Amino acid sequence: MEQHTLTFPGGAPVARRSHVGVVGSGDLEVLLEPADDGVTIDLRTSVNGFDATWTAVLERFFSRAGIAAKVQINDFGATPGTVALRLAQAVEAAK
Amino acid sequence: MNAQTDTPTGTVTDTVRTPAVVLKDAFTELSARERAASLLDEGTFRELLGPFERLESPHLAPQGIVPQSDDGAVVARGTLGGERAVVVALDGKFQGGGIGEVNGAKLAAALELAADDWESGKPIRPVVLLETGGIRLQEANLGLLAIADIHAAIVRLRQYTPVVGVVAGMVGCFGGMGIAAGLCTDLVVTRQGRLGLNGPEVIEQEAGVEEFDSRDRALVWATIGGAARAATGLAERLVDDDVSAVADAVHGVFAAGGTEPPRSARVEDALALLARIDPARRLTARDLAELSGLPSPTDLTALTDEPNGAAK
Repeated sequence: MEQHTLTFPGGAPVARRSHVGVVGSGDLEVLLEPADDGVTIDLRTSVNGFDATWTAVLERFFSRAGIAAKVQINDFGATPGTVALRLAQAVEAAK
Repeated sequence: MNAQTDTPTGTVTDTVRTPAVVLKDAFTELSARERAASLLDEGTFRELLGPFERLESPHLAPQGIVPQSDDGAVVARGTLGGERAVVVALDGKFQGGGIGEVNGAKLAAALELAADDWESGKPIRPVVLLETGGIRLQEANLGLLAIADIHAAIVRLRQYTPVVGVVAGMVGCFGGMGIAAGLCTDLVVTRQGRLGLNGPEVIEQEAGVEEFDSRDRALVWATIGGAARAATGLAERLVDDDVSAVADAVHGVFAAGGTEPPRSARVEDALALLARIDPARRLTARDLAELSGLPSPTDLTALTDEPNGAAK
């Protein structure tokens, strides 16, 4: 297991908190909460050694999302595609 | 997206489209949270100790396992047919639904508080959605203690109200939680809902392939599958894997007042059944149903067929 904290510049705070996904095989849990400024991500993943991939996937997603939020990710081996879909679902549910 | 109800933008031809497969609103496709909400009266679902409380297991991260924010247990309050209710749903996707210190305490405490409510004159209906392999091995004795608390709470609570257990699948319900299922006043199962103490692989490993061949899928489903458990009197209600069928069965138990006395309190019946069994002879579900004085399951294929899409 690895733990990382990542921060990105953000936009407007999300309207409400949201929770999607499950810490099950190939999936991840995302908890999204409003924040005043920027995006702070607390990431825990069961798969070690994919820091660069995580940074790329998260940077890409949050540079387009235009939100400010506190994000917790509990990952159990999700692929980058699944990660992006769960994040999009969490942002949608927080609108 | 539903192709049958979409309004096409172009002209509709005279072709009548009939679906090749009628899809049901499968209960097993729902998450633990959705399952709990689907049973409660619409709009009454309210979660206690939800994911944002972050009441997660403190034992997993030190062992290199990613925790889940609700520790795999959803405690929901609401109403069931207008009556106050508490539904606890275990999340089979997280660590196989294994019972650890935190999710076990959530389940036990919910049942204990429900019993407190009854003792102070406030009726409440309890439902437990069991999707668990039993103890979470990483938490060892703490999980065992939690399961003992759950057993005690069910026995205490069932003095006042039926305690309804649901084993829908796909994980099933095993180990100490198989005992918890047995203590429930009424058990609702689907064909996909497997129920037992030890799973087939464990029995084979411990007692040998002559005792139980875990690769014989027909044997496995005819022994621990929901249909076999219902046929042999170890579950009260067998329903389709369908949201409204499960909800109707749960409502039906409370409407009927529950099985009285509960199966696990009918000790004399169980002893008499054991006395009639010849351990030298291999029993089928049909034999056991007959020995139990239950109607013999006429449709044997219903017992031995692997349910469609069941977990391998």
